[in-house]
Amino acid sequence: MATQHSRSAARFMLAPAVILLLGWMLVPLTMTLWFSFRKYLPLRGGDLGWVGFDNYVRFVSSSSFWPSVLTTLIIVGGVLVITLVLGTLLALLLDQPMWGQGIVRILVIAPFFVMPTVSALVWKNIFMDPTNGLFAHLWKFFGATPVVWMSQASIESIILIVSWQWLPFATLILLTAVQSLDSEQLEASEIDGAGVLQRFGYIIMPHLARALTIVILIQTIFLLAIFAEIFVTTGGAFGTKTLSYLVFQRVLESQNIGLGSAGGIYAVILANILAIFLMRIVGKNLDS
Amino acid sequence: MARSVTNNRKIINTVAAWCCGLLIFFPILWTVITSFKTEAQAISNPPVFLFFDWTMQNYSVVMERSNYARFLVNSIFIAGGSTLLGILVGVPAAWSMAFVPSKKTKDILLWMLSTKMLPAVGVLYPIYLLFIKLGLLDSRVGLMIVLMLINLPIIIWMLYTYFKEIPVDILEAARMDGASLKSEIIYVLTPMALPGIASTMLLNFILAWNEAFWTLNLTAAKAAPLTAFIASYSSPEGLFYAKLSAASTMAIAPVLILGWFSQKQLVRGLTFGAVK
Repeated sequence: MATQHSRSAARFMLAPAVILLLGWMLVPLTMTLWFSFRKYLPLRGGDLGWVGFDNYVRFVSSSSFWPSVLTTLIIVGGVLVITLVLGTLLALLLDQPMWGQGIVRILVIAPFFVMPTVSALVWKNIFMDPTNGLFAHLWKFFGATPVVWMSQASIESIILIVSWQWLPFATLILLTAVQSLDSEQLEASEIDGAGVLQRFGYIIMPHLARALTIVILIQTIFLLAIFAEIFVTTGGAFGTKTLSYLVFQRVLESQNIGLGSAGGIYAVILANILAIFLMRIVGKNLDS
Repeated sequence: MARSVTNNRKIINTVAAWCCGLLIFFPILWTVITSFKTEAQAISNPPVFLFFDWTMQNYSVVMERSNYARFLVNSIFIAGGSTLLGILVGVPAAWSMAFVPSKKTKDILLWMLSTKMLPAVGVLYPIYLLFIKLGLLDSRVGLMIVLMLINLPIIIWMLYTYFKEIPVDILEAARMDGASLKSEIIYVLTPMALPGIASTMLLNFILAWNEAFWTLNLTAAKAAPLTAFIASYSSPEGLFYAKLSAASTMAIAPVLILGWFSQKQLVRGLTFGAVK
């Protein structure tokens, strides 16, 4: 069908994108890999030579490694649970007939478009500040002692902020999936006497399974990399240092490039494991 | 009977949905309202909601003091430039994969997607180093290139799914009528592809506008966009709620409005066509 002429034209048009992405992937990654095997301290002596797997061992055995893994798991897990549960409920609610559906959708989606530094700072100061924040006023109103959010409940605060940002994403995608549900099937099951829970468990959830999986994978990839939300709130203090934040600190703050690069390679491996699962689902969809 | 039952349900749905919507939107609403208060009103307990003397003073102070305009121009340049560059590279690539597919097309698409999964911290130092060596640190051009590269997979994927929907029959009819590749692209394809290209640009502009890893780490004074402008308010001297709110409102308003137009494209763009 396609002529030889258009084939070579197509290859020519595809080339810039492929070359750019290949370069973007290979050049820095090769450099990171190279640095990860060297003792490299730009501010304290520069490149001090080959050290084998020393950086990899030291990164994992440092006292901040396991806490950072735990923090990462708690934040990613917490945000996933909150956004998936609330997102599913919201999607089902928004799918119902109502007045002003379009406006409600707009209200629900809005947080996704707020830049991370803004949402982190607004939540940190205007809502969570222990003396002047809105939450403090609310706590005092009910006679409770205001919570010092950023130090006493630092991880919870970050989970709250990030969940607020990602709830719209989960809701919107699940809503798109809910809307493609065959309403006749639901009505038929209702006539056959299926209750609300049965309809939810046997018809709605299986239908949403794929969308849920995609939301989980995409969010996990983005959540593993959250940066600004930690950078402008706690700066990694009070147990909020995630794995990627730890790597950032090693590389740019303490300028220990070798150690940081080894951490970076761990992060790349972790992301790739998740990416493989996502690729499988997306790839299957390409075939159909 | 049945009619009134559904109406009752509709009322309950409406109330519940509006409550959820307003609760989720409240932080944004509160920020916007606070931006029109005086500093004293902004921290008063009990908080004032709507009945206070609305003032524009915070906006003028923020603009004077912090060079808001310069950050805004940087944001527009960086987000706009990276989007244009991405479209320039992405359209030909998506076009060729959608209309002249080969056995490798699927693998190439998936591989492109996989580059999006590369964690930024994994390549932070090399990029930082390359930027210093190439003199790109704290430059708008450097950020344009990096943001173009991190968003290119999304651009190509979105365009690909749009182009796939264009019926091939029309192209073949044009070819039968003797249209050359050039006129096929200009007169047949472009008019049909424009809506898809426009939505792709919109979503990517938003993503680039809000990007807050590279923009924070690769800029200092000169090329810093609005993400860095806001981050500078986290220092103690910047802790003025009304001014913080005014600055925040100015940083998010343009994209919030654009974003509302792009909610449909959001699903397509961020799920890589896997949820329809």
